[in-house]
Amino acid sequence: MRTISNVVCPFCGSLCDDIEVDVEDNRIVKVRRGCAISVTKFTKYNEERIYKPRINGKEVSLEEAIDEAVKILANAKYPALYGWSSTSTEAINIGVEIAELIGGVMDNTASVCHGPTIIGEQDAGISTCTLGQVKNRADLIIYWGCNPVHAHPRHMARYSAASKGRFIKGRKERKVIVVDVRKTHTAKTADIFIQVKPNSDYELLTALRWAVKNGELEQEEISGIPAEKIEELADMLISCRFGALFFGLGLTMSAGKARNIEAAVALVRELNNYTKFVMMPMRGHFNVTGANEVMAWATGFPFAVDFSRGYPFYNPGDTTFVDVLTRGDCDAALIVASDPVSGFPAEAIRNLAKIPVITLDHHETLTTTISKVVIPTTVVGIETEGSAYRMDAVPLRLKKLVEPPPGIPSDEEVLKMILKKLKERVK
Amino acid sequence: MELLIKNGYVYDPINKIDGEKMDIAVKDGKIVESVSSSAKVIDATNMLVMPGGVDIHSHIAGSKVNSGRILRPEDHYKDVKPRTAITRAEVGHTVPSTYTIGYRYARLGYTTVIEAASPPLKTRHTHEELNDIPLIDKSCYLVLDNNWIVLDYLSQGEINKCAAFIAWILKALKGYAIKIVNPGGVELWGWGKNVESLDDQVPPFDITPREIIRGLCKVNKILNLPHTIHVHTNNLGKPGNYRTTIETMDAVGDLANGRPNIHITHVQFCGYAGYSWITLRSGAPEIAKYVNNHPHVTIDLGQIVFGEATTMTGDGPFQYILHNLTGNKWKNADVEAEGSAGIVPYKYRRKNMVNAIQWSIGLELALLIKDPWRLFLTTDHPNAGPFTEYPRVIAWLMSTKAREKTMEKINKRAKKRGVLASIDREYTFYEIAIITRAATAKALNLENKGHLGVGADADISIYNINPMEIDPSKEYKKVRRALKRAAYTIKGGEIIVKDGEIVKSFIGETFWVKPTMSKDLEREVLKEVSEKFKEYYTVSLENYVIGESELASSKPITVKTNF
Repeated sequence: MRTISNVVCPFCGSLCDDIEVDVEDNRIVKVRRGCAISVTKFTKYNEERIYKPRINGKEVSLEEAIDEAVKILANAKYPALYGWSSTSTEAINIGVEIAELIGGVMDNTASVCHGPTIIGEQDAGISTCTLGQVKNRADLIIYWGCNPVHAHPRHMARYSAASKGRFIKGRKERKVIVVDVRKTHTAKTADIFIQVKPNSDYELLTALRWAVKNGELEQEEISGIPAEKIEELADMLISCRFGALFFGLGLTMSAGKARNIEAAVALVRELNNYTKFVMMPMRGHFNVTGANEVMAWATGFPFAVDFSRGYPFYNPGDTTFVDVLTRGDCDAALIVASDPVSGFPAEAIRNLAKIPVITLDHHETLTTTISKVVIPTTVVGIETEGSAYRMDAVPLRLKKLVEPPPGIPSDEEVLKMILKKLKERVK
Repeated sequence: MELLIKNGYVYDPINKIDGEKMDIAVKDGKIVESVSSSAKVIDATNMLVMPGGVDIHSHIAGSKVNSGRILRPEDHYKDVKPRTAITRAEVGHTVPSTYTIGYRYARLGYTTVIEAASPPLKTRHTHEELNDIPLIDKSCYLVLDNNWIVLDYLSQGEINKCAAFIAWILKALKGYAIKIVNPGGVELWGWGKNVESLDDQVPPFDITPREIIRGLCKVNKILNLPHTIHVHTNNLGKPGNYRTTIETMDAVGDLANGRPNIHITHVQFCGYAGYSWITLRSGAPEIAKYVNNHPHVTIDLGQIVFGEATTMTGDGPFQYILHNLTGNKWKNADVEAEGSAGIVPYKYRRKNMVNAIQWSIGLELALLIKDPWRLFLTTDHPNAGPFTEYPRVIAWLMSTKAREKTMEKINKRAKKRGVLASIDREYTFYEIAIITRAATAKALNLENKGHLGVGADADISIYNINPMEIDPSKEYKKVRRALKRAAYTIKGGEIIVKDGEIVKSFIGETFWVKPTMSKDLEREVLKEVSEKFKEYYTVSLENYVIGESELASSKPITVKTNF
């Protein structure tokens, strides 16, 4: 048996890098320090595994599957490549080149989660930091529309509310505020819980900014919160030494979307006139940030890139995968490390089911069931090493802990094979 | 493969060749004495031949650059080029994609570029981008002056341990030199504050900016690093800051022994006299006077080019000030225990008094500093303008007429705030070769770059302009056009550009330093560092280290230290 330490967990955007695993007979037998999700991922990654490539449900050789994938992509007029948030940066990088070569759309799952955060940032900027800044300095933390107790279970202990840093030694030295539409488990741990009326975050953020700037509000109540409470909150924000606002899909996917982010950016910017304040999206999949990073350095744009003109073009709402699908524009799709069928709008899924889909994944998903070509790949961070970016864009190296099942290549290897063959066909 | 570049007018200042008509022979990527008769011949008759350009300070890769790309889709839409059989698609104007950066530098005849500021914790990101920049050789400086472990050691007077830590970190993260960015001020920015002078305290470290600069200068000497400390001063971007700049240079004057021991970067941004934006005037004459009298200093320009820019520095508080001045969108990104970064889009306008004075300051510095071996051409890309504008800057330096032409169009009040109109110096091609190649290679101590002597890397640029016939003073537009698109760029003996087009693409090397150190010292320091790491950082020490296999083409340079 061997013990591997400082393992980076390939599940959520927290990328905890202190996991310890015991490996015996090429199996992970024990996981230390991981959260419940992490332990499940490390010990049950083999469940519902795909072992053989398939075309139309029929098992084929890897070569046949790749040839079929190449044929589909080469013949497509407007193919789309989607997913990417749960694979390595290296694999995504090759995905970008494939999309460029065949003039397709390259999009990642940010477009259905923190896309509005990126759009908001592009409009208004953002004051942010790495998680260690929060751990070392933050004496006030807000969780807005996010529930780390469930979604990022070790976030609060390692990086935020209860973390121990150089200047701030733990939970007692911090004020924690939760803003949400319901009393979540995270809210139950907070010093102050603000129950905002659904779809009125924008108003509350704007009122808070007004209160920070001017002290007093005209209205009696905003977004279901009494004015005095908002004013009191504004005073708290001004009085902290270092404040951090973490936000989730409660803010990006409720009414206002990118405008909510802009309102939060404006609040944080205003607060920097009084004290130090930062904000950070709670990114979900372990390498969704990396997908944005690699696409940005290769194409200038972090998601929703359309190569049909030969060069990168970006217009979210138009070049985003959901919209391309809903319009019925794309005639083939390559899905990597993602399951759009389980979360996309019905209209988009109907259209996806009509076109040839190639899916790279290690286990069965709803998307594999509608795919023409399914190519099984390794689990990144368990069977394959690679780079990934934490929610604060800190890059880490995922480790290889065990050997993959015989004959199963990584996403990167499969994509390289596809790219090589496509290059021979497309000049 | 063999190449013979025939009959060009060669400018190779390191070998004191000043426009001599001669042949250059290339074999297996190196300059050689002679080649066989089967060598491929490039006819460079009536052309200008120089070593490939070496850019000592440019923001080309890493978290800050990529944040700029993400922040600015509006920068990319109008500057695009579709993919070809050889090149990837090009996109982006002031913050172009990685591929675009490589191609555009190659078209200018540049073959080596250093990323100017990489925060250690995000240096893996820097390398991932450097891996994707084609054609040029590259490296990165590590920002170390606001690093807590460095500050802990310096404030305890543990210079040797500090040196050992820096030796380790350069090796572990594959960096090239020590970058200093607003020492002390960026640490205080963690609390939304800044320093105002070299002698302000930086709590809780019990240290001042002056002590940080001096400490790191001493460390640099112990480590015998190929480049000096590379300093972005305190008070950057503030009226009156030329005094801080001179004080910073002077702070290490007594530590020098005949050779340069401090590089002050993008001096235009810290060359301001006056007491406010209203009373702003050029501080270039004072700075030039100091530099002329003190051989321990080198500088680069950070020359303004009118038009779009994206300001991005590790100087968080400065970027916040710029955001408040302009109202333009602002990105701030602090890095735990190490520093910060800020990004603000900016447009330099010739009718704006401040911008016009800034333009003048850069050129005044270049024209008033006598020794071209201690002054380097940069636009601090993309802070004062994109590197693609270098030919425009060169035209200003070579032609009084070009300067006068621009001066006619700039803000009228600005003209009286500087001395540019009174200067009639014009750079020669030899001097241009110094400030863009020879001197930068020398300052980086890259023995095989920046010259065309036997044994040098065959990195060569050839421009379609006859230096014997042209009068750059009058025909500066011809110079500008020729330098914008090299007739040939040769990298490692391969022709990569012909007539301004990329004809071949591959990935260049990433070089980094490996300072020697005793195992005992390394072990002792790492033990202390790993304890601190648990408290200061959110990643483990093991995962902080970047493996050599993570670099696409790694070139370590062993440095013999003076421990």
